[in-house]
Amino acid sequence: MAKTVVLQRKPLSLSERTYLPQIVTGLKTTFSNMFKGKVTLQYPEEKPNIPKNYRGIPTLVKDPNGREKCVSCQLCEFVCPPKAIRITPGAVPESEDDREHVEKAPQEFEINMLRCIYCGYCQEVCPEEAIYLQDEYSLSGYSRDEMINKKEKLYELGGTLPDQHYKWDKKKNAEDEGNDH
Amino acid sequence: MNTVDLLFYFFATLSVGGGLLMVISRHPVSAAMFMIISLVSVAALFVLLESFFLAILQVLVYAGAVMVLFLFIIMLLDVGPEGGKVSRVKMLSGLASCLSVGILVILLLQFSGIGDASLSNWKAIQSTESVTGDSLVFSTSLKNFGYGLFTKYMLPLQVAGFLLLAAMVGVIVLSKKSTPDLDA
Amino acid sequence: MFDFEMLFMIGLKVLFALLMIGAVMTMAGYSVLAERKVSAWMQGRVGPNRTVLPLVGYVPFAGKFLKGMGMFQPLADGLKFLFKEEIIPGHVNKFYYNLAPIVALVPALTTMTVLPFGEFFADNGESFPLMLANLEVGILFILAVSSLGVYGIVLAGWSSNSKYPFLGGIRSSAQMISYELAMGLSLLPIFLWVSEPGTGAMGLSLVDIVDSQKQSPWLLLVQPLSALIFLIALFAETNRLPFDMPESETDLVGGFHTEYGGFKFGIFFVAEYAHIVVGSAIFTIVFLGGWHFMPWMSDPWPATWIGSLIGVGWFLAKTIFLIFFFIWIRWTLPRFRYDQVMNLGWTKLLPLALINLIFYVCLVTWLDQPPA
Ligand code: SF4
Ligand code: SF4
Repeated sequence: MAKTVVLQRKPLSLSERTYLPQIVTGLKTTFSNMFKGKVTLQYPEEKPNIPKNYRGIPTLVKDPNGREKCVSCQLCEFVCPPKAIRITPGAVPESEDDREHVEKAPQEFEINMLRCIYCGYCQEVCPEEAIYLQDEYSLSGYSRDEMINKKEKLYELGGTLPDQHYKWDKKKNAEDEGNDH
Repeated sequence: MNTVDLLFYFFATLSVGGGLLMVISRHPVSAAMFMIISLVSVAALFVLLESFFLAILQVLVYAGAVMVLFLFIIMLLDVGPEGGKVSRVKMLSGLASCLSVGILVILLLQFSGIGDASLSNWKAIQSTESVTGDSLVFSTSLKNFGYGLFTKYMLPLQVAGFLLLAAMVGVIVLSKKSTPDLDA
Repeated sequence: MFDFEMLFMIGLKVLFALLMIGAVMTMAGYSVLAERKVSAWMQGRVGPNRTVLPLVGYVPFAGKFLKGMGMFQPLADGLKFLFKEEIIPGHVNKFYYNLAPIVALVPALTTMTVLPFGEFFADNGESFPLMLANLEVGILFILAVSSLGVYGIVLAGWSSNSKYPFLGGIRSSAQMISYELAMGLSLLPIFLWVSEPGTGAMGLSLVDIVDSQKQSPWLLLVQPLSALIFLIALFAETNRLPFDMPESETDLVGGFHTEYGGFKFGIFFVAEYAHIVVGSAIFTIVFLGGWHFMPWMSDPWPATWIGSLIGVGWFLAKTIFLIFFFIWIRWTLPRFRYDQVMNLGWTKLLPLALINLIFYVCLVTWLDQPPA
């Protein structure tokens, strides 16, 4: 068993009991601090460095071919703890004839940024890697409605993800080789 | 009537009125505030007499320290408007008011010269002589105060000091209840 | 009844008084800025630096300085207090609630009437002190009036009718009474020393104290212990850290002004800083030689109006250093616990002040002995 040693505190000397020398030391410290460098970031002009894995606002991304990746599976809607996401499933727009009637696409996709807690579950759960939390963190609006990000806004914020999956190309190739899925 | 007279009547009204309102007002805190007004206007009266030292002492001691303690106690005990409505106290306060009215009447009689004890008969006011023989000039300067206090009025000063000391010791003895189990 | 000359004199006095109030209030406003700036520097920040009037940025040389230092912050703060909504909580005692800020501010502004801040040299070589009223008992006046300032806090605490302000008010009154004693006692040896035969001073006049420090050591050097006790008591009386019991944010929310907002809070705020300004000025007068140059040295400036201007400037410089010292202490030391404050006041400072007094009584008596 470890031996406990009770340390005897030294009684304070007279000068220590007046606190004055200690106060002078403290004053010296604070005074020298006045001339050290400042750590302030002049915010709107200077911005902090955002690390790669930062969880900013959730956005929807497109693949390099410009296709919507989201298939409206609504997993993110279910997993979202504060129920910030609301999806109205719909069909793939007619222009994309290669995948029309194959998969769904969101007709409307809303993320209420007044509810979102930036947990990143939606990104984690998405089977299509369609929703990403990006490095944008400052968002503001004049009304509650403005704080609900609609589909267009989400795609605008998200942009294109340069991933190399090319899911639809692969699918097409497979189909061409007579191997349907 | 000149400015000084006007000021005198103003502050005199304020001090008497403040005193009256202090007695009348229901709420202890209001009463304390009126008392402060009264005390400060008495100080203003001293200023009109060019006795700055007395005026400042009045403010410093009564308004600045004693009344703060009063307020302190009133607030700590949280005395409401109904505080002090005890019948036994009533008799005591009646006695006290009789006494003070009596003193007031006697003083008024004295100063207005009714009876043979008019103001001019008061030797003490006419001349003040120090123990060293040379008469003290009756003035309001600080030096005179000090000199008078520590020569002619040495004994009263010491007695007053002793009385205050006794009061202080009394308070300490009364308020410090010795609990035997704690002492042991 | 009134002759013209008297009216003129009264008008002049009123003008001077207004000027003085303006000066002290400006200093109070800028000490708020100084507080924010200095605290920022000590913590590695830059502090307020964005408030700027239009076009000021284009002033050559000074423009950049004015912009970066947040020189107009007090203006913005004041306007903010003015335009904020005045909320009077339903549970307060309205009359005293409204009265309290005024009661807090008036003593802070009244004490400045007897503050000498320089001397004016007449053509015939005589010098007059620059002050509103040369009272024979100046220092007592200051003590008396500033002791009235506690009513503002006590009333605010009581009339707010809620727990935290009440505790703040109670603490404040207890603290002020305790430290007033030590403060008064620490000043007594000063007057004993100054009234020493041969120096000419007799009363409790602040001007005499300043003049006694001309070409002789500052009273800080003669009586360091008195200065220390006075300084500590001053910190306690102005409710500054480490003695800011009445408003200790961490345990009393905001202390006595918790229920106040808007302009009324602003008045409390300004009153507090006005106290600091006046307190620093008093310390400068009593212990740092007022407007006289340096200990043992005669004033190097000429006895003309230029000299009096420099003297006032020198006095201001010392005062501003002391204000800085107040701020410096605040951002260095933690707060005492309430019982520690009381303990320090009654069992340390008061006996120390008494010992100090007795020592100087003996010393002065010994020095005063007529040569045998
Ligand atoms: S980050 Fe979390 S809270 Fe925000 S939308 Fe995604 S799942 Fe919902
Ligand atoms: S974003 Fe991902 S998880 Fe959400 S509906 Fe679209 S595909 Fe499903």
